[in-house]
Amino acid sequence: MDDKLTLTINGISVRGKKGQTVLEVCRENGIKVPTLCFHPKMPPYGGCRLCIVEIQNMRGLPPSCTTPATDGMNISTHTDRLFRVRRTVLELLLAYGNHNCLMCEKNGECELQNLVYEHGIDSVRFKTTFAPKPVDDSSSMIVRDPNKCVLCGRCVRGCLSVQVNGVIDIAARGSDSFITTFNGGLLNDSNCAFCGECVASCPTGALTPKQSHFKGRPWELKKVQTTCTYCGVGCQLELNVKDNEVVKVTTDPDLGGPNKGSLCVKGRFGNDFINHPDRLKVPLVKKNGSLQESTWDEALKIVADKMGSIKKKSGPDSLAFFSSARTTNEENYLVSKFARAVIGTNNVDHCARL
Amino acid sequence: MTNSIEELENSDVILLTGSNTREMHPVISSFIKRGVVSGKTKLIIADPRRIDLVDFADIWLRQKPGSDVAWLNGLMHVIIKEGLYAKKYVEERTEDFDALKKAVSTYTPERVEEISGIPAADLIAAARLYAGAPAAAIAYAMGITQHINGTDAVKSVANLSMLCGNIGIESGGVNPLRGQNNVQGACDMGALPNVLTAYQSVTVPEVREKFAKYWGVKSLPEKPGLTIVETIDAAAKGQIKSLFIVGENPMISDPDLHHVEEGLRKLDFLVVQDIFLTETAKLADVVLPAACFAEKEGTFSNTERRVQRVRKAVEPPGEAKADWEIISEIASRMGYKMKYANAEAIFDEMAKITPSYAGMSYARLENGGLQWPCPTADHAGTKYLHKEKFVRGKGKFHAIEWIPPAEPTDSKYPLVLITGRVLSQYHTGTMTRRSEGLNGLAPECFVEINPIDAQKLGVANGEFVKISSRRGSISAKAVVGETTDVGMVFIPFHYFEAAANNLTIAALDPQAKIPEYKVCAVKVEKVA
Repeated sequence: MDDKLTLTINGISVRGKKGQTVLEVCRENGIKVPTLCFHPKMPPYGGCRLCIVEIQNMRGLPPSCTTPATDGMNISTHTDRLFRVRRTVLELLLAYGNHNCLMCEKNGECELQNLVYEHGIDSVRFKTTFAPKPVDDSSSMIVRDPNKCVLCGRCVRGCLSVQVNGVIDIAARGSDSFITTFNGGLLNDSNCAFCGECVASCPTGALTPKQSHFKGRPWELKKVQTTCTYCGVGCQLELNVKDNEVVKVTTDPDLGGPNKGSLCVKGRFGNDFINHPDRLKVPLVKKNGSLQESTWDEALKIVADKMGSIKKKSGPDSLAFFSSARTTNEENYLVSKFARAVIGTNNVDHCARL
Repeated sequence: MTNSIEELENSDVILLTGSNTREMHPVISSFIKRGVVSGKTKLIIADPRRIDLVDFADIWLRQKPGSDVAWLNGLMHVIIKEGLYAKKYVEERTEDFDALKKAVSTYTPERVEEISGIPAADLIAAARLYAGAPAAAIAYAMGITQHINGTDAVKSVANLSMLCGNIGIESGGVNPLRGQNNVQGACDMGALPNVLTAYQSVTVPEVREKFAKYWGVKSLPEKPGLTIVETIDAAAKGQIKSLFIVGENPMISDPDLHHVEEGLRKLDFLVVQDIFLTETAKLADVVLPAACFAEKEGTFSNTERRVQRVRKAVEPPGEAKADWEIISEIASRMGYKMKYANAEAIFDEMAKITPSYAGMSYARLENGGLQWPCPTADHAGTKYLHKEKFVRGKGKFHAIEWIPPAEPTDSKYPLVLITGRVLSQYHTGTMTRRSEGLNGLAPECFVEINPIDAQKLGVANGEFVKISSRRGSISAKAVVGETTDVGMVFIPFHYFEAAANNLTIAALDPQAKIPEYKVCAVKVEKVA
């Protein structure tokens, strides 16, 4: 059976596949429809009403993220009417929160900020009785600021559908809605695993990594993709660097690798050891029973001389090497080569069994 | 892993054993959980602890620690007796089925119940569920391998998987979940006493000749070397005089720490190359400061055999250098010229003599890495192993008998100790205990104890207790709950101030030389 569809979007004939939503067909054909609650890793939600489109012979303005594409559909994505409705939606979101970009960690990489700018909004027409809500900074890793929340539900779906932890949910109805933990307690008292999927999913400054606050703004950070140093999953992540310091970890489903943009608490929030003051900075040599700072030249000379003399006196098999499951392939190869070719022993192992 | 992580989301059945996946491999657990909640996957868990994932399981088998070979044989007993095995697959692709059949014939559900404590009816239900699945994966970790018969347990897992035709198919397979970022790579690279890269044996003359020629030396040693635990023993006996340790911390990670310290102190010369002054480094004669993963280029190989790039993001602190630079300099000073322009040059040299990596280059690893075997530059890598036939030809069944653990409990030491890890700490804690957030989530050692045992001992939740074995004792906070069964306690081994490996026994699996971390006899006492 042919599962190909032909649709018209903004007057142009495009192809789609059966089972796709209108939004997916638009994206695949390079048509950018504004979204806020949509996330490619999560089931569609239809909550933010920004991805609305006009479809011939359909009533109202259906959200493209939840509308299945069908053959022959005639869709408009950027009419004046749609622009006005989206603008109003954005103004309402601004009115029901405290969105002060100057004092927001997300400034510069905020999806709400971008959409507001793209829609030419320079003032909000609505007056509200928005009452500030308390910020939850109980955990040492995640700050939850409900005043910046747009109720897109991406954090909830990230927690439930992607990580399958289900720690948070949307409570109450309408404009009273809010994101809550079970029984409404603090995040630190919940059964949160601190994987940070919610932080990575949040389009605004409502969920931010605490340790990164004031450490660098998005345009100052250099992102370097690498492989996580903890367990054997090999998650791909981006180290965000400012002034030779790793200040944040970010992810992107497009980085490839096994994790598809997800991490656990260690990968996302456990890299502050890199810059810890306890890091060893110079070689140490034992003198008079205690380790004292030394130079590379002295330390390496001692190592080479001592290993050389032990090999000469007691034979190569009196030396042994523990390589490391933490270091790179290149380094493990070299330790093996060193033990076997330079010293002449097979006494080389690492902690695979421990 | 024979298969890939993402395939777990589409398995019809997953048998998960000896892995607290949600804490040790949280990202993999998400794949498993998504499969379960979508309705696609049925989950069987065999674990002595009531781990979090039990909430997602269709069947939970709570075996007694050390009984893995028995219940695995029991599953196969039921599957063969009820004719549920993959007859065509067994006939065409495997050998020695009769030996297996004979070996498991005595493992009736009733006998297995006696050994393992798993109710016969549950075992039968699990056997039917596993055998009935079109694609069933087995995932395991050190819960089944850190035993004196760890190798036997792994062979039993392979037996079960082959019996039901699950090796060489998508979303099936035998999948060890490896605990460290590059433990797979360290093995692949030959950081093992008996093999060179890609498991080329040191006992094969042609292999030694090939490497000797490639490395420009006359010959290479043919006698397999010592494993870590054997090295410590030999050091204590004065046979090993010099030990060079790169990024390892045996003073916390190895069994029976008193013995480890004795061995290390006896050495004439100890060098430790690390990023922090670890408990082991404190004993060294020379400590060399190394760059961490964020400060150098290279590659790691993950648990699904995927080789991925490690990239330099920041400069190392002070005068610290990448491990490869340090090793090269020492070699050169010892008269063997070892000079590389960068990590990539080492990778290229390695790949040329490593068949499973031969088709890889940094350029090819750019987008998502490659899974070995990847023998040629135009090979796309291998998603799952043993596709049409086994690497060795026919899949070999092993007839395995169960043996009891090395140290049974007795009236003096009546409880079984299992050691392991917690989510927010990592191995010996060198990194995580210096991470504010991570350490904050689990700042101190604890001992999990069942309410019935706690009541007997008069111990309340949160109270400090003393835990002792024949080798040593530590004190830790009691966490009273149902995670552990009656007669069993669990202690994470991350904490130097209450190192669980003061208690553990250095009893080794005779083949893999892995220590029995998952069973030793202890007693718990209330601290007055």
